[in-house]
Amino acid sequence: MVPVSYYVLLSAVLFTLGVVGVLTRRNALIVFMSVEMMLNSANLALVAFAQRWQSANGQILVFFVITVAAAEVAVGLALLVTIFRSKRTTDIDEINTLKG
Amino acid sequence: MPDIQIPSIDLGVSLQLLIIFGGAMVLLLADLFSGEGNKRIVGYIALLFVVGAAAAGVPYWDAPRSTFNGMLVLDNFALTLNWIFLLSTAITILISLEYLPRQGIERGEYYALLLFALGGMMLLAQGTDLIVLFLGLELLSITLYVLAGFAYPRLSSEEAAMKYLLIGAFAAGFLVFGIALLYGATGTSSLAGIANKLGSGLAADDVAFMLAGAALVIIGFGYKISMAPFHMWTPDVYEGSPTPVAAFMSVGTKGAGFAALARLLLVALGSQYATWGLILAILAAVTMVIGNVSAVAQTNVKRMLAYSSIGHAGYILMGVLSAGSPAAANRGIEGFLFYLLAYSLTNLGAFAVLIALEQRGEAAWSLDDFAGLWHRQPFLAIAMALCMFSLAGVPPTAGFWGKFYVFTAAWEAGLQWLAVVGVITSAIAAFFYLRIIVQMFMRDPVREISPSLDRNLMIGVGLAALGVIVFGISPTPVIDLVQGSVLALSR
Amino acid sequence: MLAHYAFIGVFFIAAASFPILPLIGAYFLRPSRPTEVKLDTYECGLEAIGDIWVQFKVQYYLYALAFVVFDIEVVFLYPWAVAFNQLGLFALVEMAIFLFILIGGLVYAWRKGALEWV
Repeated sequence: MVPVSYYVLLSAVLFTLGVVGVLTRRNALIVFMSVEMMLNSANLALVAFAQRWQSANGQILVFFVITVAAAEVAVGLALLVTIFRSKRTTDIDEINTLKG
Repeated sequence: MPDIQIPSIDLGVSLQLLIIFGGAMVLLLADLFSGEGNKRIVGYIALLFVVGAAAAGVPYWDAPRSTFNGMLVLDNFALTLNWIFLLSTAITILISLEYLPRQGIERGEYYALLLFALGGMMLLAQGTDLIVLFLGLELLSITLYVLAGFAYPRLSSEEAAMKYLLIGAFAAGFLVFGIALLYGATGTSSLAGIANKLGSGLAADDVAFMLAGAALVIIGFGYKISMAPFHMWTPDVYEGSPTPVAAFMSVGTKGAGFAALARLLLVALGSQYATWGLILAILAAVTMVIGNVSAVAQTNVKRMLAYSSIGHAGYILMGVLSAGSPAAANRGIEGFLFYLLAYSLTNLGAFAVLIALEQRGEAAWSLDDFAGLWHRQPFLAIAMALCMFSLAGVPPTAGFWGKFYVFTAAWEAGLQWLAVVGVITSAIAAFFYLRIIVQMFMRDPVREISPSLDRNLMIGVGLAALGVIVFGISPTPVIDLVQGSVLALSR
Repeated sequence: MLAHYAFIGVFFIAAASFPILPLIGAYFLRPSRPTEVKLDTYECGLEAIGDIWVQFKVQYYLYALAFVVFDIEVVFLYPWAVAFNQLGLFALVEMAIFLFILIGGLVYAWRKGALEWV
């Protein structure tokens, strides 16, 4: 039996990779992928913890996370397509008409 | 024969939610079968559903109950929040009815999306389980991404939506991972269950998981309520979004985010106040300072309102975190709810005035455009002045009582320094709110703009301004309401 | 404990040998007479024209988006189907409502013309 802490460590590493990806990559598509990685690392942790506590709640939440992530990406890609039509770019640094 | 027992379900708890979600789906279909160029009818139907849902909540006052295995509750706290959200949405619909056709973006989905977002907000107010809170937040966020980009093909709107989505998805990642760690530390996703588990003590490893999880969840919500240092997206997104959507966002995400945060902090993590109390107090102070100081430099009134909304997040947070201290448990919640109601009305009113000044393709939002508004549109000028006084916290407006409540809550909680920071930043804020009033009443018009004030917009502005002044002069009914809401939460 | 991993290892080797063994066998058996046509990039039997980095029509995205959303909703059907015998009538009704809502979404997409190939 693999200890739960191994899974949590792995998911923490994946989560950190996702965060770094979001912060450093400039292509919106790759940023989406990094966000997916963050969410899926959380899924891994949830499943591992559900095994530890022998309760189904963690697994149920995973289902919801998967569907929500799909909805989020669907909206994101649709937005990307509309922006690409007018700006011909997917680089998020080029999307900068609004200045803070 | 069924082996898995399905718990008995009390649909009354979710009655308001059912009306809103059912209504949203009816609206989607109504949009399909209503003719082009006459989407107002969809808006009016939406208004009916909102009013209906508000009325449906009345019998449940003072009769707290929960269902779905304790995942969803309807106590007075949730009910009050639901009413605030329903009122905000009703005003948003009113101020959108003529705005959309004027901007050429009249699409029937708008109202359905508004109702879905409203449903998400109500889930956040009623949810007592991390799963429900996550779903509510995402439902609210995803619909708001679409609404922010609703003015496509206007590029600034698309950009605002994209920025909001990237930041929001990032925040969702933190939230989910935080939830996973909290679940891992305690073995349950119910807020009350977490509190029980924390009460009976955790192993050392699990304490670390719990603290890390709580921190990540707070970061996740922090983005939504634009708490510093997670506030950078706010001005850009508000500026680019269609104005009614910005108004809705500024009150909706904040209110709902704080509602969920309050339940999480006070119910699940109430025993850990010693850990998060001071950290959040410092963040609240930083939020107030950053929001209000940055607002001073703005000449675009829409951006100024965005920064000031960051500042107001700091004040609301002050109420929420004070409620964690036993000395101010009730005061804090009362302050939070009162402030939220006052802020919602006021901000919607201010944004509605901006809508009146916004022509197609041209937005008159610089300070100069407010010059001499009194001479051209006395009604708008008076409404705007009331809202500005309320945002600044000048009596006798609702904003004054909100500030009074949260400051005394912080004081009673032993955070005197925080109350002092709040007073100082309010004084800074008064400078830029009063500047607009000076422009409107004492300057001559700089350039010619004809504000477009239709009947629905007028009702929206009027409702908001009336609320601001009536609750300012006689706050007793609201005080009764929020005091009644406190008892149920501190079970 | 280790035996479990050994089982996976055997499985892995067996799976890997499936494509590798025939390839090695073919290498020794086949005659080698390369011509230009034989070495050409193979794409569904037709001659490859143009760059592979072409822009796809936006319709592909619309289909992909609609597909992803409906596809993912099916994850809720699996647990329901597995536990169907223990759940009884109530869950059947609930799933019917769920599917009904999904059909509402499909009707919406259809009427809005998201399924038209323009």
